[in-house]
Amino acid sequence: MSVTLKNISKIFKDPDNAAKEFTAVKGVDLDIFEGEMVTFLGPSGCGKTTTLRIISGFEAPTTGEVWISDQMVNNIPPNKRDTSMVFQSYAIFPHLSVAQNIGFGLELKGVKPKEVKKKVEEIIEVMNLQNLYNRRPDQLSGGQQQRVALARAIINRPKVLLFDEPLSNLDAKLRDQMRIEIRRIQQTFGITSIYVTHDQDEAMTVSDRIMVMKDGEVMQIGTPFEIYSRPSNNFVADFIGRVNFLSATVAAVETDSISVEYNGISKHFPSWNGDFKKEETAHIVIRPESLILSKVEKGSPLLLGKIKRSVYLGPTVEYEIEVENRKKPILAVTYNPVEEGFYKNGELVHIDFKPEAAHILPTE
Amino acid sequence: MKEKLQQIKLLSRDPVLLTVIIAILVSLVLFILYPLSKVIIVSVYPKGEFTVDFLAKVVTSWHLRQAFFNSLLMGVLTAVFGSLVGFIFAFTITRTNIPFKKFFNLMAIIPIISPPFIGALAIIMLFGNNGFITSTIFGLSNFKIYGIRGLLFAQIVTFFPVAYITLKGVLESISPTLEDAAMDLGGSRFKVFKRVTLPLAVPGLASAMLILFIETLADFGNPLILAGSRFPILSVQAYLEITGMYNLPKGAALAFALLIPSLTAFFIQKYWVSKKQYVTITGKPTVSSIKLVSPVVKWLLFATVSLFALVIIMIYATIMWGAFVNIWGSDNTFTLRHFYYVFGVGFEAVKDTLIIAGVSTPISGFMGMVIAFLVVRKRFPGKQFMEISSLLSFAVPGTVIGIGYILAFNDYPIMLTGTLSILLLNFIFRYIPVGIQSGIAVLRQVDPSIEEAAIDLGADSRSTFRRVTLPLMIPAFFSGLIYSFVRAMTAISAAIFLVSSKWNLMTVQIMSQVNSGRLGAAAAFSLVLVLIILIAILFIRSLISYRYGKLGGTMLKI
Repeated sequence: MSVTLKNISKIFKDPDNAAKEFTAVKGVDLDIFEGEMVTFLGPSGCGKTTTLRIISGFEAPTTGEVWISDQMVNNIPPNKRDTSMVFQSYAIFPHLSVAQNIGFGLELKGVKPKEVKKKVEEIIEVMNLQNLYNRRPDQLSGGQQQRVALARAIINRPKVLLFDEPLSNLDAKLRDQMRIEIRRIQQTFGITSIYVTHDQDEAMTVSDRIMVMKDGEVMQIGTPFEIYSRPSNNFVADFIGRVNFLSATVAAVETDSISVEYNGISKHFPSWNGDFKKEETAHIVIRPESLILSKVEKGSPLLLGKIKRSVYLGPTVEYEIEVENRKKPILAVTYNPVEEGFYKNGELVHIDFKPEAAHILPTE
Repeated sequence: MKEKLQQIKLLSRDPVLLTVIIAILVSLVLFILYPLSKVIIVSVYPKGEFTVDFLAKVVTSWHLRQAFFNSLLMGVLTAVFGSLVGFIFAFTITRTNIPFKKFFNLMAIIPIISPPFIGALAIIMLFGNNGFITSTIFGLSNFKIYGIRGLLFAQIVTFFPVAYITLKGVLESISPTLEDAAMDLGGSRFKVFKRVTLPLAVPGLASAMLILFIETLADFGNPLILAGSRFPILSVQAYLEITGMYNLPKGAALAFALLIPSLTAFFIQKYWVSKKQYVTITGKPTVSSIKLVSPVVKWLLFATVSLFALVIIMIYATIMWGAFVNIWGSDNTFTLRHFYYVFGVGFEAVKDTLIIAGVSTPISGFMGMVIAFLVVRKRFPGKQFMEISSLLSFAVPGTVIGIGYILAFNDYPIMLTGTLSILLLNFIFRYIPVGIQSGIAVLRQVDPSIEEAAIDLGADSRSTFRRVTLPLMIPAFFSGLIYSFVRAMTAISAAIFLVSSKWNLMTVQIMSQVNSGRLGAAAAFSLVLVLIILIAILFIRSLISYRYGKLGGTMLKI
């Protein structure tokens, strides 16, 4: 089922002082298509969880409308909304067994005990929880609790599945496993899903599209590729991954490219955001792994810098490179260091990149 | 205002919830606020005319002024010394490795499960006119135990356990790593105690002192037995005015005077001291390394708590002995006649007490859970009113409540005097705060998303409460139940106004036996009462651990 948010805002009032207000969500518009998995990504306090709770019905929006398929659900309480949530704390009922937890929703709907048992067994199979049928929640590991919470949510075959930072209580390895698992199950059942996280790797792994939020506002909605490689503003570029901003000047605007001059060298860039005029300043947005380093001068490289610091991470080496007339050092990452070679601190390197790897944004 | 309207609109969609809220609010007004307001109204509007004559008597009459002053003095002294003894016990048990800790813990708790005047009874038996120590051993005939000395002693014995329980909790929550850290930074043992442990315990101490102050002010049993005529106490004077002189307006005025310091202390405790409580947050539970006291101090503390334990043992030994001898102080032959009396003539009172406590406490406990749930989890107009008025009966002295009930329910439209209902209602609303507080404590620990998960899966608010919240609160419900059952079994100050020839209570019986000098029967009654409470506690505990396994086992430590 599709989900549509129309101009959703939420203002919280201080219960002790009605004059004190806090705007958690500002005019969010979003269309989520059937079977799609959309992630709300942003720093803490950006309004992503509030937006999710508005969709589930736990918060009422101050303005705007929530639509699930072709029904406006603002006035439908959370227990009547066909959404199921996987909570950050899992919220497993501590007094019920694994099977009772999973069957809880069906039981409430008045499904016959026999039927409930059959469906619970089916879902337990899918979730690899076979041996835990009669276990108590306090005897489960974090990963198992996570699976129980997910099983409990999808057994109802909800129209929309909601995830509220579901992996933040797991350790790193398990987190990597579970996000692949969650994506697999979501695609198997084809349930429209919304996933809240502050972890960009997680967002990249599970989503069809990502909605980046900041201070209650939508910064960008797009596929993982668009968000990372074609960010529509500086915040998104900076928030997702690491980035170098090079302040440059627009030389010419053409139909399918933009010509930008940096350090006396002009290049044609195929992708940009915003309206530019000649002579205007612009940011060249370039990711550290897109920079090409070289000890010898090949062609006419863009920059010459001095290695200030290097960190060896095994598969990659990260460098901070000092460049004249620039305060912030340039970040660069090289892969396969044994093959490419290492640069020593203090060594001079030439820096270059391919224009297709970069993106042009306005400076403001 | 707009907020409130929105809350009402939301509530109207959930008629069950709305009905429950309204029913609770109405019953709180009817059975807590109305009787209290009646006390005030009768004291200033005795015959439909406004007058401060009766209130003024508290100031103008020497006797009553003295009673007011004495009550305050007793309250302050008991608060200070009771908290001191409680602190010594709590500190010794949490911060040293003395032997027999379990025994000392038991000694500090046992006075709670006894009628509050058992100390007074034992003191009379030991130090009174026919006292074992004064008369039999030392042959004194004019030793004066009545008055401030004897009363203070009885009050400390009765109320230090309350301070002990509070302070034990406080000291246990102060992580020993803080003390280790202070020592590591070079502090001496005494300095660490003075600069770290004590300051962290100060809010708890203040809170314990205010609670003791309130309880002592409200107490009725000990002063009635021990105060004597030359040391008048306000709660006793109010009782005498009402039952002796049948002067309702004057009794009400005295009750009103008693209400003011109690409520002041209650609000100081609730809105000021309890907010100052420190919470030390540590990642992992830390094991006390017990280095804070030197061996000398340790054995000094051991000697002190042993001395107190000896006093407690002496009190109970006296009661037991008194229950089995023919005539206390003069005829020491063994007899069971006092027990024949309890199970014969006195058995009506045993039965009535069990019925009243057995019926009222589960109802009161359940209402407490519901109110705790509403206060912690729901938003509705009148929420603060609900919380304060339901907790109020903790602060209001029993004497005042008792007088309020006879004033309020003696007449049209609600005529309840002399019935079982008036006792039941009084007990239900008097012990609601016990359930509320244990319920609130549990709910604060239950992640709200557990209830949201149930709602999310399609449960309405009634089935969420019934199927998720309530089961999680059950251990708290039962431990609250134990506590309020104990309080109901041992209550006297409000109940003494409400008993009748048809419905009587064991505590009131004990009191009248003491007053007519039949100490043996009083002792036998007290012993039976303590035994009933012990059996009930063991029964509820084993029921819980049978039904809820380890979930219940650990949660029921008093």
